[in-house]
Amino acid sequence: MKYMLLMQFSAAGADFPSIDTWTQDEVRAHIAFMGEVNDKLTAAGEWVDAQGLGGPQQARIVRAGEGGTPVVTEGPFAETKEFLAGFWIVDCESPQRAVELAANISTAPGPGGRPLNMPIEVHPVMSAPPAEL
Amino acid sequence: MLSRRFGDFATAEDAVQEALLAAATQWPTEGLPVNPRGWLIQIGYRRMIELVRGEQARRRREDLVARRDPDDRRYAPTPDEQLTAERDDTLVLLFLCCHPALAPTSAVALTLRAVGGLSTAEIARAFLVPEATMAQRISRAKQRIRASGLPFRMPEPAERADRLIAVRQVLYLIFTEGHTSTSGPHLRRVDLAAEAIRLTRALHTLLPDDSESAGLLALMLLTEARGPARTGASGELISLADQDRSRWDAAAIAEGITLVTRALPRGPVGPYQVQAAIAALHDEAPSTERTDWPQILALYQVLERLAASPVVALNRAVATAMVHGPAAGLAALDALANDPQLTGHHRLAAARAYLHEMAGNQTQAIADYRAAAARTSSRPEQLYLTMRAARLAAEPGAPP
Repeated sequence: MKYMLLMQFSAAGADFPSIDTWTQDEVRAHIAFMGEVNDKLTAAGEWVDAQGLGGPQQARIVRAGEGGTPVVTEGPFAETKEFLAGFWIVDCESPQRAVELAANISTAPGPGGRPLNMPIEVHPVMSAPPAEL
Repeated sequence: MLSRRFGDFATAEDAVQEALLAAATQWPTEGLPVNPRGWLIQIGYRRMIELVRGEQARRRREDLVARRDPDDRRYAPTPDEQLTAERDDTLVLLFLCCHPALAPTSAVALTLRAVGGLSTAEIARAFLVPEATMAQRISRAKQRIRASGLPFRMPEPAERADRLIAVRQVLYLIFTEGHTSTSGPHLRRVDLAAEAIRLTRALHTLLPDDSESAGLLALMLLTEARGPARTGASGELISLADQDRSRWDAAAIAEGITLVTRALPRGPVGPYQVQAAIAALHDEAPSTERTDWPQILALYQVLERLAASPVVALNRAVATAMVHGPAAGLAALDALANDPQLTGHHRLAAARAYLHEMAGNQTQAIADYRAAAARTSSRPEQLYLTMRAARLAAEPGAPP
């Protein structure tokens, strides 16, 4: 079963300072941790994909306008106060395992090397075989 | 020997070297196989298949299975004794790949690789994961077997039955994976249901007297026979009641029925044989109305005694409704509502929706179809349930 793990930040709800205020060593430790997460997932045969996303300043909201032409709204998304920082797609044995992986990602180190315990959303990817109805 | 079969000496030589290399690394840790020569030929054969794989991958896999059929004597006139030992090795390999110590996904991957002869890339594509991830999964499974110190020999007679159950479970898992529909194009994706049938056919050829293995093969054939009618033009699911039965595969149905009819009286009766018998009754029926529901209900009761599970209980409740009316079926479902494995499960809601629809309780049926749609993790099933609710909601007198 595949799961998508979303690293979703809420500017209002985050209980840690944003990464651009951290020291170099803190940022380095954080990146090293994410690298290790990916290495572990690969070694376990569970890695499908993982990407870090550009910040809200680089994100765009697109809607179809007249005749299907794109109408683009630029960030930052001040109103939503939430943005997707990155995601993983894992293929693992059970929902419990997906939760375990998310909890591990959540402990990524932040300021002072302390775990951020950031929220990770776990979404099952619709990939189960259908039952005969 | 390999070159005789393939008529290509250079490739055969490479394959033999690979096999000897594998022997040199595996025998000291895993023990000598029952039939070293057969083992070498087998490994060499498999390696050969990789070496010459390419545009004709599928056809070549058919050869691999042909080799495991008794008919294959005409290609390789080996003494019977030799052939038996060689076939035992295939069975030992299946037992190893489906070892209960492995996680199901690992066992599935290893079986497709080592017994099915699929390439890692093909398996990766079938499961929609990167090739490196699948390679890692297979390699971990091999390491796990190596670390557990399992010898390359037939399991002891005492544990044989249990190990065979694990083998059948893995084959059935491959089969059900074959029905996973996901969005997007699946160019050259291996047909896992067909692979599962091929492997189970090989198992049945190796153990022709094992009734449950025959039952599993029958179940797969009888289920797959309905495959062409199961989805509509745009990939939407079509329920059993609405399927165009003329599109069912008559040859597969006939073969499945023959298999299960022979297996059942021979016994011992197991869950796959009973499920195959149920599938046979559906496949023989000209319509839902003219289906032998009393017999199906009786078989679900047998199945509950053999292998009780919430899903079996659900199916029994639906069969009860078909025999004794929707009220009796709904009462049976109510009795299951407190089962922790079923609480909040989409299949309970879907069954309830169906029976409420049968009973004419439109409002309740719509609510239950919607609840089921929100909980399933199968996209085609979600669309089916949503459309079912929408259809009811569009009827006159429906609630908003």
